Amino acid sequence: MNKKIAEAFEKGKAFIPFITCGDPSLEVTEQLVYAMEEAGADLIELGIPFSDPTAEGPVIQGANVRALSGGVTTDKVFDMVVKIRKNSFIPMVFMTYANVVFSYGTERFIKTAAEIGMNGLILPDVPFEEKEEFDTVCKKYGIDLISLIAPTSHERIAQIAKEAEGFVYCVSSLGVTGTRTNITTDIGAMVKLVKAAKDIPCAVGFGISTPEQAKKMAAQSDGAIVGSAIVKLCAAHGVDCVPYVKEYVKSMKDAVKEA
Amino acid sequence: MSKGRFGIHGGQYIPETLMNAVIELEEAYNHYKDDPEFNAELTELLNEYAGRPSRLYFASHMTEDLGGAKVYLKREDLNHTGAHKINNVLGQVLLAKKMGKTRVIAETGAGQHGVATATAAALMGMECEIFMGKEDTERQALNVYRMRLLGAKVNAVTSGTATLKDAVSETMREWTNRISDTHYVLGSVMGPHPFPTIVRDFQAVISKEIKEQILEKEGRLPDAVLACVGGGSNAIGTFYNFINDKDVRLIGCEAAGRGVNTAETAATIATGKLGIFHGMKSYFCQDEYGQIAPVYSISAGLDYPGIGPEHAHLYDTGRAEYVPVTDEEAVEAFEYLSRTEGIIPAIESAHAVAYAKKIVPQMSKDQIVVITISGRGDKDCAAIARYRGEDIHE
Repeated sequence: MNKKIAEAFEKGKAFIPFITCGDPSLEVTEQLVYAMEEAGADLIELGIPFSDPTAEGPVIQGANVRALSGGVTTDKVFDMVVKIRKNSFIPMVFMTYANVVFSYGTERFIKTAAEIGMNGLILPDVPFEEKEEFDTVCKKYGIDLISLIAPTSHERIAQIAKEAEGFVYCVSSLGVTGTRTNITTDIGAMVKLVKAAKDIPCAVGFGISTPEQAKKMAAQSDGAIVGSAIVKLCAAHGVDCVPYVKEYVKSMKDAVKEA
Repeated sequence: MSKGRFGIHGGQYIPETLMNAVIELEEAYNHYKDDPEFNAELTELLNEYAGRPSRLYFASHMTEDLGGAKVYLKREDLNHTGAHKINNVLGQVLLAKKMGKTRVIAETGAGQHGVATATAAALMGMECEIFMGKEDTERQALNVYRMRLLGAKVNAVTSGTATLKDAVSETMREWTNRISDTHYVLGSVMGPHPFPTIVRDFQAVISKEIKEQILEKEGRLPDAVLACVGGGSNAIGTFYNFINDKDVRLIGCEAAGRGVNTAETAATIATGKLGIFHGMKSYFCQDEYGQIAPVYSISAGLDYPGIGPEHAHLYDTGRAEYVPVTDEEAVEAFEYLSRTEGIIPAIESAHAVAYAKKIVPQMSKDQIVVITISGRGDKDCAAIARYRGEDIHE
């Protein structure tokens, strides 16, 4: 297990923001990382844009389109991480799609990610059955391939949890990413099944946007993940989004701390 | 651990949310595929409702005109709803019903698969929602109306390039949103396991019939079978029962659009590379960073940046050949078959006719070629007229 990821969960309940690299620009993404760290983020998910993100709702799809039309590439994202790592040691994981990693060369991608200081990798279109071709390489270079469980996982949770590394990403709801007014899944029960199989942190994502939701989700797990609500701020404020995101992350971290 | 592989291709690259749904589907399919009652019911539907077996027609004028091999046409265009799509759809919707599902969703490109799904849903009393790229809803407005007439809700997809690949992405997203009562009727031999196998098995009736019919008419197997390839369902249906007959050439005709040397192409084997997308490992048109390319073809049904995993494997092993055919060649073949045989083929199928026109004259008169006419061309008339500079209204 990557020790940086473990650290993210050592200081109490974690708040994990997601942003899409290059939305609105890689310069702003870099500034967002610093601002979110200052605001109390414990671990940051950096999305590498993909042309056809099938697990995303309209908000993050839009961010992917904006980033790609702005000319963002995997190499440029790597260069940005190199810059970030001169100033920040906050735990960071990449969130992208299998083809972005595979087309770059799975080993070349993961080796580079590890060398520039990334700590983990989330691939929403790689389930347990397909993880081996990525996981063996991740293990070789010491970064964690994060496993996801969903409200439909049921009896699969135990086998997924047993082989999970870093933390388990608990998908709160059916459907794709995006803010929701109601989360009806019994998160506590999902987390219990994970913990019964392996002692590993569980963070809940999909649909969380308000401090109340974040607090509720964190109370039943080890942390809350928020993407679309932050990406909406980036879309609304463009290059001026940094202070808005910082303020939002602080309010969410405060809520999570109360959980 | 990984299932559903054709060589290195295939697999199940989908969100965890959908895993139990595809496992449930695989179990149900394995249970019903050899169930005599299920098969009797399906055969009854295929024969009495869809009009199978489809004819294997000797194209005497085309044969005479080209002056080479004898040309036969496998007339999938004569099926109910006008294309091969109904073969797969009747199988999948019947399976979904057995599984207790009450709602079906599907993607569609040209609209043929959407119409077939809406038809089967109407027949079997299922709720139906179709996802179609906005650009395609405009290119194929008549099919949109047909689907609505059949009681389906049609959603115009505006994300990405607003064509077939985006319709597939959106249908996958909708499936993750509502799984328990819903079956995704995937329209081609693509996507995560078990879809490439299920769709192939339901389409294999095409080559099963070709084999029986050609043996009856000619007393021998054909020298080549040809079909157009987008995702590749009518092609795999045409090839499947000939895979072990090594003397039968299997030829898949891809949509080259404005040419394989232009960016406006959908010829996956000619221009794509190995990747992972829409649940499968296979060949895809993509850039150096794995971003899926915005493909183009005059044919909305072939306008897809990937190819089914079994085709990718047949290509790797050299068992099947895949050739690019341009818009211009396909349009010429569309007009040619209409004039010479009085058969207006779908613009998709016209890609296979176009390549046959190239190879048949070089073959000898005692050789035999079978072209699958996967669908009828009524839906394409307005678009072809526009291509030729004539503005007609549907």
